[in-house]
Amino acid sequence: MNHVSDPKKLKVVGTRPIRPDGADKVTGRASFGADMSLPGMLTGAIKRSPHAHARILSIDTSKAEALPGVKAVVTAKDFPEIASEEAFVGEGPMNFRDLSRNCMARDKVLYEGHAVAAVAATSTAIAAQAAALIEVEYEVLPHVIDVEEAMADGAPLLHDDVFTAGVSPKPEKPSNVAKRVEFILGDVDAAMKTAEVIVEGRYTTKPVHQAYIEPHACVASVSGDGQAQVWCSSQGQFMVRAYCAKLLGMELSDIRVMPAEIGGGFGGKTLVYLEPLALALSRKSGRPVRMVMSREDVFRATGPTSGGVVEIKLGATRDGRIVAAECLLKFQAGAFPGSPVQPAAMTAFACYDLENVKVVGFDVVSNRPKVAAYRAPGAPISAFGVESAVDDLARALNMDPIALREKNAAKDGTKAAYGPTLKDIGFVETLEAAKNHPNMQVKLGPNQGRGVACGFWFNIGGESSGAVHVNEDGTVVVVSGNPDIGGSRASMAMMAAEVLGIPVERVRPIVGDTASIGYSFLTGGSRVTFATGMAVSQAAEKVVEQLKARAAALWDISAEAVEWCDGTAYPAGPNAGEFEPLPLAEIASKSGRTGGPITAEVSVNAQGAGPGYATHVCDVEVDRETGHVTILRYTAVQDVGRAIHPTYVEGQIQGGVTQGVGWALNEEYIYNAKGLLENPGFLDYRVPVASDLPMIDAVMIEVPNPRHPFGAKGVGEVPIVPPMAAVANAIRDAIGVRMHDLPMSPPKIRAALDAGELPMAAE
Amino acid sequence: MDGLRYVAPATVDEAVAALAGATGTAKLLSGGTDLLVQLRSGRVRPDLIVDTKRIPGLIGIKEENGGFVIGAATSGAILDEHEALKQAWPGVVEGMELIGSTQVQGRASLVGNLCNASPAADSVPALIAARATCVIAGSKGQREAPVETIAVGPGKTSLARDEMIIAFKLPKRPAHAADAYLRFIPRTEMDIAVVGAAVNVTLDGNGVCTDAMVVLGAVAPTAVIVPDAAKALIGSKLDDAALEKLDAAARAACKPIDDKRGTIEYRTKVAGVLARRAAAIAFKRAGER
Amino acid sequence: MAKTHVTTTINGEPTEFLCEPHQTLLDVLRDELGLTGSKEGCSSGDCGACTVTVDDRIVCSCLMLAAEAEGHSIGTIEGMAQGEKLHPLQQHFLQEGALQCGFCTPGLLVAAKSLLDNHPNPTETEARYWLAGNLCRCTGYDKVIKAVMGAAAELRGETPSQARA
Repeated sequence: MNHVSDPKKLKVVGTRPIRPDGADKVTGRASFGADMSLPGMLTGAIKRSPHAHARILSIDTSKAEALPGVKAVVTAKDFPEIASEEAFVGEGPMNFRDLSRNCMARDKVLYEGHAVAAVAATSTAIAAQAAALIEVEYEVLPHVIDVEEAMADGAPLLHDDVFTAGVSPKPEKPSNVAKRVEFILGDVDAAMKTAEVIVEGRYTTKPVHQAYIEPHACVASVSGDGQAQVWCSSQGQFMVRAYCAKLLGMELSDIRVMPAEIGGGFGGKTLVYLEPLALALSRKSGRPVRMVMSREDVFRATGPTSGGVVEIKLGATRDGRIVAAECLLKFQAGAFPGSPVQPAAMTAFACYDLENVKVVGFDVVSNRPKVAAYRAPGAPISAFGVESAVDDLARALNMDPIALREKNAAKDGTKAAYGPTLKDIGFVETLEAAKNHPNMQVKLGPNQGRGVACGFWFNIGGESSGAVHVNEDGTVVVVSGNPDIGGSRASMAMMAAEVLGIPVERVRPIVGDTASIGYSFLTGGSRVTFATGMAVSQAAEKVVEQLKARAAALWDISAEAVEWCDGTAYPAGPNAGEFEPLPLAEIASKSGRTGGPITAEVSVNAQGAGPGYATHVCDVEVDRETGHVTILRYTAVQDVGRAIHPTYVEGQIQGGVTQGVGWALNEEYIYNAKGLLENPGFLDYRVPVASDLPMIDAVMIEVPNPRHPFGAKGVGEVPIVPPMAAVANAIRDAIGVRMHDLPMSPPKIRAALDAGELPMAAE
Repeated sequence: MDGLRYVAPATVDEAVAALAGATGTAKLLSGGTDLLVQLRSGRVRPDLIVDTKRIPGLIGIKEENGGFVIGAATSGAILDEHEALKQAWPGVVEGMELIGSTQVQGRASLVGNLCNASPAADSVPALIAARATCVIAGSKGQREAPVETIAVGPGKTSLARDEMIIAFKLPKRPAHAADAYLRFIPRTEMDIAVVGAAVNVTLDGNGVCTDAMVVLGAVAPTAVIVPDAAKALIGSKLDDAALEKLDAAARAACKPIDDKRGTIEYRTKVAGVLARRAAAIAFKRAGER
Repeated sequence: MAKTHVTTTINGEPTEFLCEPHQTLLDVLRDELGLTGSKEGCSSGDCGACTVTVDDRIVCSCLMLAAEAEGHSIGTIEGMAQGEKLHPLQQHFLQEGALQCGFCTPGLLVAAKSLLDNHPNPTETEARYWLAGNLCRCTGYDKVIKAVMGAAAELRGETPSQARA
């Protein structure tokens, strides 16, 4: 049901109430993964590989087991071997065989930091000591990290059972190239021949980490009868349950996962690392086990995103129509297959209405940690290349960068290269708003420049459950199953309050554990406000139907003759005016008499998520002598569908922009010749600090998605897609140098200036 | 960390005795902002930690004979609040103030920064350029030594096992004298210096430089005094010719390494840039004093 | 390993604890004293999530041995509100939406309070540099700075209290 006949009549949705978990978070009371404590709790520690690539010859845990205070030690033999046939369960893309081997190495270690054993002991110090006493014999193997080196003939091979998928005929020899994908529209080769202007570019990016401030943490407790409880911060308690059950050979109903507050995820907490180990240790020791990662382990052994190579070729006619677009992507997957090269390929040209497109991508394993999702996985990387090339094309055509994009913009009815025909999209509106923003009028000084870049993300729907319970005093509890990363709890309460017609202060949202609410797919893909919001709204609608029926019962009239408005039942039709209106609280207080508790739970598999678009404008100043880049101004315009809670939507935009700026300027994984990570800490892995940025102007455009009760579209991921190109295009404008390789750190900018590097030539 | 002991002596003699009597490795603890990171990472595994902060005089700033005596364990935050010190030695203070965050400033000390002996230590170039000296206490008594004699290589000092620095001395300032310290970092805060440059100048009544010291950080295993850079400044009013000579001298003195924070080529170029910029600030300040 | 007995004051309350030499103040606050508001983000003094005050100066509690707390006065996030009454900074953080996941929030609030206690009228730039040691990955700092500037104005008496009745 669409609840927005007139947006101005909305009473709660679109306002900015204080978030319900806010007081606990500003007073330090909120409980995150490492804040949980149980009586008798042990501390777990992990023994990790010091090598980038090696065969495990033997593991001797005897000295560790003998250390007083050590209560359990586990290695791969404590986990069931998962055969390749069982690797996939249900519809998810997770390969459980690979996940199991990532959590605990079997036969081989594939990256520095790969876990080979774990211990649980009575103190942190003893656990660390015990881990150090575990003796592992390795046969060190040659390693490879760079994506093109990993693809080359003769590269060290990570897996002898990975054969390139997506190529024909099926290869006979194993390879580090796990998959080839392609998306084709029309005939790019023929169309390119008709182009009057051609622009090409080759771009590279380095691996970057989601860099959430909270390291992974969990407490696991297994009882004598095999029933387990897990407290953890994750992006999905049902995901944790499913993955742990699979990795440990347990039944789903024997694991109950309680979602702690989560200190950032951005995709990096959509899978498990510690939880299966903590469960195994708890099972073996008979005591609860807490495991918390150090910051070094987070950098070394969780899921930084791909580094990659992006090659773009654009062909256009002089009037600015892009007639042909080609993109080649080579992405690192890390130790096991599964880079986001496919979404990167699908999103590469999704901002544009093109007839001839060819995108080819390669998923390549190499000896660095397995890639996990990072906010719009893959899209920022391909967008860096595409939007830089579009900028070069604008220069070659002597066209304004926004005008060029307007000329080729995706609109309702555009067929995207990745398949669907787009509808109810707001891309053109973002271009318009950016063009007309006052920041565009600010005059730039010497060594200052302005860059424009655009971005797209599909956003997903999927399975979610929501329950609405009416309390006897007329207050309401909303239960949903998605961890709250960005304020979704508040949005759930707001949507329920809007449907019920009551003030949002009378609605308390909670995030339920796996035993307390129906299944929900994880928090990611910018799906929670859309899909879980849909489930909650529908549950609230069902409650409204019950409230009307109860009022009818109290009035002894037919339920069809009751209207619900502003939280109150009114007699309607032939009975209009005959009875005093019944507010929700009164109906609730009499619910026992009229049939019992008033409650509803709805599960959906939400379809019709609306994709998001953004246009960003970035102003920079470059110090030519040092190569230092200062962000002077940043304007991020995004189509958000409908902003349920505008403050949190702005927050998502500002946060995504900031991560993109860090990715653009300074963040990167630095490996030495031995394949060991040189910067596993916040000192030399340089995320933006408060003094690095100006205020970020987040402009929300609302082109509602009719398939959501309030018109919402996902918002969290789109904002990270344009910034790298926006910054690169601004640098190009400021100093005349096209930077192709991320990060655009000062030494590289200075070197490019000294080399007199010119932008890639246009024909 | 079995057997790790922590002591907080009440006098210099007690501290020296603890160092001298230590059977294993002893580490002095002032601000702790380097030591605790190294303890946590396992880079150091001492048997004894000697906390210096309860010793009278180790925290505090005194004006003496026109100069300053700074207790070795005095935090950057306290230095930044001392108006007279900032007036006389703005470069020394800003070098110290650039270290880490506000939180780190609440603890970090000159002695810690010096004795941690990182080539990139931010407070060291300006101290050397100021011709500061250290007061060192040991079993054999006290001695004084110029700051530049302390760090001898990355992580290594010239101090004996039973020695500790208890104070820094800054000399009296003539008129028209000022210093400045600049560092280059990729972000705006929170990074280790890729290059640091300290310039200390004295001008005559006409603005002509009569004395100068130029010291570079992060471009060699220890801070580098650049006599040719000083020569470029002396006798000049910092005209373009002097700036060019300064830049060239700074670059020529660099012996940097390629590491995750910068390349040899980049550090060398930026050393010249920072020397020029720091000199401009020092000259301007000196003209105002 | 012999434990050290430490007498200190935490949020105004006289507090005693036993600690081992290698334990940091952060370890003791969280693991021995149940004050889990201060967070561990990096253990190397680079993220500020563990920020507390020692004698009214902000420090990273992960960079201080618990034994060093002897005789000093410690302030943590748990001491910022007065019972139910939130400090204006806490109130402004909520009003502005200056937190998303909330993990960096305690450290940021302690650091911001120290800023305003020492510099009641900071510029935006001064606030950003003071808080540079508090990493936030969610907000991009925009609303954090707005909240700090708003609370500063309220504390200077220029705007009415944001507190809910």
